[in-house]
Amino acid sequence: MEPILKVEDLRLYFRTTKGIVQAVDGVSFELAPRTAMVIVGESGCGKSSLAKAILRLLPRNTHTYSGKVFLDGMDVMELSDEQFRREVRWKKISYVAQAAMNSLNPVIKVGNQVAEPLFVHGKFTKEEALNRVVEAFQIVGVPVDFVDRYPFELSGGMRQRVVIAMALITNPRLVILDEPTSALDVLTQANIMNSLKRIREDFELTYILITHDISTSSELALDAMVMYAGQIVELGKAGHFYLEPLHPYSQKLMASVPTLREDKELEFIPGQPPSLINPPTGCRFAPRCPRRFSACEQEPPMVEYKDGRKIKCHLYA
Amino acid sequence: MPDQALLHVKDLHKWFELRKWGFIHVGFVRAVDGVDFDINYGEAVTFVGESGCGKSTLARTILGLYQPTKGEILFQGKRLQKLGRWYRAQVGYIQQDPYGALPPFMNVKRILLEPMLINRWGTKTQRERRIREVLEEVKLTPVEDFIGKFPHMLSGGQQQRLVIARSIVLNPKLLVADEPVSMLDASVRVEILQLLQGVQAAHNLGVAYITHDLSTVRYFSERIFVMYAAKLVEKATVKELIRNPLHPYTQALLDAIPDPDPENAHKFKEVPPGEPPSLLNPPPGCRFHPRCKHKIEGLCDQESPPEYEPTPGHYVSCWLYR
Repeated sequence: MEPILKVEDLRLYFRTTKGIVQAVDGVSFELAPRTAMVIVGESGCGKSSLAKAILRLLPRNTHTYSGKVFLDGMDVMELSDEQFRREVRWKKISYVAQAAMNSLNPVIKVGNQVAEPLFVHGKFTKEEALNRVVEAFQIVGVPVDFVDRYPFELSGGMRQRVVIAMALITNPRLVILDEPTSALDVLTQANIMNSLKRIREDFELTYILITHDISTSSELALDAMVMYAGQIVELGKAGHFYLEPLHPYSQKLMASVPTLREDKELEFIPGQPPSLINPPTGCRFAPRCPRRFSACEQEPPMVEYKDGRKIKCHLYA
Repeated sequence: MPDQALLHVKDLHKWFELRKWGFIHVGFVRAVDGVDFDINYGEAVTFVGESGCGKSTLARTILGLYQPTKGEILFQGKRLQKLGRWYRAQVGYIQQDPYGALPPFMNVKRILLEPMLINRWGTKTQRERRIREVLEEVKLTPVEDFIGKFPHMLSGGQQQRLVIARSIVLNPKLLVADEPVSMLDASVRVEILQLLQGVQAAHNLGVAYITHDLSTVRYFSERIFVMYAAKLVEKATVKELIRNPLHPYTQALLDAIPDPDPENAHKFKEVPPGEPPSLLNPPPGCRFHPRCKHKIEGLCDQESPPEYEPTPGHYVSCWLYR
């Protein structure tokens, strides 16, 4: 199947007073249509920067932005910023940013806010747009009469649903969800995950889910990507990752996840992730890795394991 | 018996008055509405509940930061209201957001010195020694590297270690930890929980651990209290509660928590409809009844359920167990 998104050697570096931050450093992956890929990793590993690099939402201090991004076979890196904004953003890829539910405009009714992408990206009359909003609200499970409410009149869960409705309103093919449920309660979280699953099936959407909450991510994930210090260290089917992680970092990460039903000894990863300003040469996880050996001083290759997973580790070379 | 428990809380209410234009009485937000429990010496208990259920208000009332509207809190058998400043030194507080809890213009040494100065603790050399002791205890070592640093120079995990160090610097008997790990990364979270557990065991502290994350609870405490809409609906040991939840709310809560399992992506979860009630105008009877699938008409929506004890040590406020 033709991948909906193909990323090749994507790099995003930022310029800071202390040096160049290599937030996304040579990331390549493919995403088949109608799947859901989860990106996990510690904070500061570059997961959100990867999302921004795909959406070309670049801050002013961008130093390097290179690589190739193919969307439906089209090389979107060739597009100018204006073309990209008009043709790609929200039309093909939409984005639910981190803590987006807290960035709703407090003085505009949520119905009008959700309709806004329609006015920017299409010629809609006000009435048509509001009809679409009502439809979108029904899809995500917000009571229809909430269109006339202001954000402060909604609970956290409802605001999060509103933000998801905003991402869906232009019928995109790919939705990037950055920590969509991290600030919510367990029951609300389960509820929203149910809605996201149903929406994906009904509308043949593709998701990229960015999170550090591994337990919750399993609710949605079909594919999994583990990032460490700006690079992919493990990429493959979610089933393989949750049951038998291969990269030492993935293994440690899974061992640190508290489980409710299973009795297991929790572990933590000693040390801290390396600074992205001057990342160590060789394997970036080596200083914290329990299974390092002499070869780890060289940059590990991306190895394809027998079940189709890609692992960046010398152990599997 | 009240004088055997470290902290004895009986029929505690904390209502906040709501006023219109500052003087017309509109109603009360019943943030804590009739709560009873004991914390024994050296025992860690967990309060679990959704946001807005009143668990942080409960924490602040235990700390003496709020005056209870009704009911009483006995610390070592003495009424909290009469204890005054002495009590403040007996109870440590671990805040949710470590960065927000640390004054940005004080260095590590000053942050740890402050509670001792306020409480006129020890001599200068004793205080210096105590600072080193607690820093070593929370493993901010080598001490020399940390003592002059300011909060922004520390990572999130180190900041939370410092907050823990500050909370134990006066040798308290009770710790109140309000979501101590919710702002931290998964890998650091475990480290901090284990540290907290170590501190608790080493000093035989009573700990009230407040969280919304049930999956971390079993690694920490013996007993667990489930809070819903300002009331405690179920009290049991952690093992018993996870194996055999009795209250429909607890059951729903446990069902909603995923374990990392790829099968989850292919299943839909059963979640009770609706949202927790407003504490300004809670529903009559059992507060969970509008969302409960076991609702008994004419009972659950009329009368508030008393506390039953179906198995010894396992308390539940639900009419199903009458």
